Amino acid sequence: MSATLAQTGLPSRKLEAWKYTDLRPLAALAPAAAPEIADIAALAADLPSFPGPRLVFVNGRRAASLSVPAPAGVITDLATGGDFAPFAPAPLAALNARLAQDGAAIHVPEGLDAGTLALVHLTIAEDAAPVFVHPRHRIALAAGATLTLVEYAGGRGVYWQNPVIEIMLAPGATLRHVRIQAEDRESFHTATIFVDLLAGARYDAFTLGLGARLARSECHARLGGAGAIAHLAAVQLLRGAQHGDITTVVAHDAPGCASRQTVKSVVDGRAHAVFQGRIEVARAAQKTDGYQMSQALLLSPDAEIDCKPELEIFADDVKCSHGATIGALDPEQLFYLRARGIPEAAARAMLVRAFLIDAIEAVSEAGARALLERAIDDWWEGAR
Amino acid sequence: MLEIRGLAASIDGKPILKGIDLVVPTGEVHAIMGPNGSGKSTLSYILAGREGYDVTGGEVRLDGVDLLTLAPEERAVAGLFLAFQYPVELPGVGNANFLRTALNATRRARGESELDAVQFLKLARAALRDLAMADDMLKRNVNVGFSGGEKKRNEVLQMAILKPKFAILDETDSGLDIDALKIVAGGVNTLRGPGFSALVITHYQRLLDHIVPDRVHVLAGGRILRSGGPELARALEESGYAALGLEAVGEDVAAIGAS
Repeated sequence: MSATLAQTGLPSRKLEAWKYTDLRPLAALAPAAAPEIADIAALAADLPSFPGPRLVFVNGRRAASLSVPAPAGVITDLATGGDFAPFAPAPLAALNARLAQDGAAIHVPEGLDAGTLALVHLTIAEDAAPVFVHPRHRIALAAGATLTLVEYAGGRGVYWQNPVIEIMLAPGATLRHVRIQAEDRESFHTATIFVDLLAGARYDAFTLGLGARLARSECHARLGGAGAIAHLAAVQLLRGAQHGDITTVVAHDAPGCASRQTVKSVVDGRAHAVFQGRIEVARAAQKTDGYQMSQALLLSPDAEIDCKPELEIFADDVKCSHGATIGALDPEQLFYLRARGIPEAAARAMLVRAFLIDAIEAVSEAGARALLERAIDDWWEGAR
Repeated sequence: MLEIRGLAASIDGKPILKGIDLVVPTGEVHAIMGPNGSGKSTLSYILAGREGYDVTGGEVRLDGVDLLTLAPEERAVAGLFLAFQYPVELPGVGNANFLRTALNATRRARGESELDAVQFLKLARAALRDLAMADDMLKRNVNVGFSGGEKKRNEVLQMAILKPKFAILDETDSGLDIDALKIVAGGVNTLRGPGFSALVITHYQRLLDHIVPDRVHVLAGGRILRSGGPELARALEESGYAALGLEAVGEDVAAIGAS
């Protein structure tokens, strides 16, 4: 059975980009057909409490009854198969292209500020496991358009969620993309995101990863027009034997663009975090401003992080920097809190929150931030 | 009542406290003075439960409760408060959230209901006023970017809000100008009464002009060498430790004290 999946193109650790993330536990799974959910309405309780328009997919199929219509002017449609030409090699995206199921096609017309739209994935694999889901979404913002997209992935049981999202941002368009990966702890989640930015476009992404047995969020952003800006921020909270991988690649192909890759990892138990960040600056991309920072907090002696920064620069007038810190909780800070009567577990939680606060406060949309806060609270509750 | 009996402790095998006997009856404020390196801060940290010390003998009881077997947070909710000599900065932790979490932990332990944000703010603002502190102190991160004096006042603010049974003030006067010193002393004096006692650790007489102690103890070389009334502090201020035969620090002092 495992041979079947391996033949379809799961990358092995021999590939440089997959050196730190081993997909063999996934290769060992034999997929079952995703069950039809008879009582879709009952899943409403599984939806994140988030007001406003939302597109809901259950086991890879659009669940119209759980969805709330998109803001006026925004076109949402089903995207299926078709002409897929990623600008960067990504084996799981190629696999998705072969097996792709339903997905959303979202188009925001020129100049429209479309507000906030949620994109929710529930995978229910309790009765027939494992379920494999390969959604593919396309998001296009026309010139000067603005959208906040809040993406949420959750579920129950053993499954593999392998979404691909293609994003096209026309000149001056702005997409704020908040992603919350709160999958079942038995599941696998691998997301590949391609973002194409034209002149003056802006992509602000924040990814929170706290679920799944094994997760990878891989984002390729191409700054193809002058003055484009990409900020790829991520927080991952891992414990037990979880594996979480944040991989970001920013290609500066045009002059005067700015990019930020900022990742915070909190790792407990025997969990393993990975951050791979890459900045590529083409010869034409003069006046590039690129920055990358990875900060990790290891909460146990067996927690582990692999951090790999890569800079590939062909232009001569650029500003590019990267940094990485790895630390533990400060025993003096912990003692100070405990000396004021705060129990040790609560004191540790406070200090971890303090470590994350600037990353979370950077998410300006109130509803999305509340959702992030709740997801993190739930994570703490689960830790006890 | 705090009772310390035969307390001995070492750091990395090196003895620091060599048998401390000290009783602070409820309602009294005692001062501990002593030269640098005499073990004053070690004593305060051991009472509060900081890690890194080996207690090799003796016991400490607060109103009969054996403190040394308790975790730091258990000692705190039992009514012990340490005003830190070097208050710790907590970037990313707001002062209001910190104070409310600490107060509610204490209230829970006492079987009292927790305060919500509104009730807490009312209480905190009143405490701030008493200490001549600005309201924005609550919005700032704990001790981050605070001046030395602000950090010490923040310690006294925490004490005023948590209302401990027993407070240890570890060189709370260091780094304070005279106005701040008076405010801090006022904060301590406000709490004085039948249900409160304190141990004030200081190098200088000047704090004791404002917080007049019931008893003064001289700690040197890990032992208490002299005890007396407030006049002992004045004698030390005038003639120094040398005049009392307490010139040196460490083993020599212990030898003098024992002779």
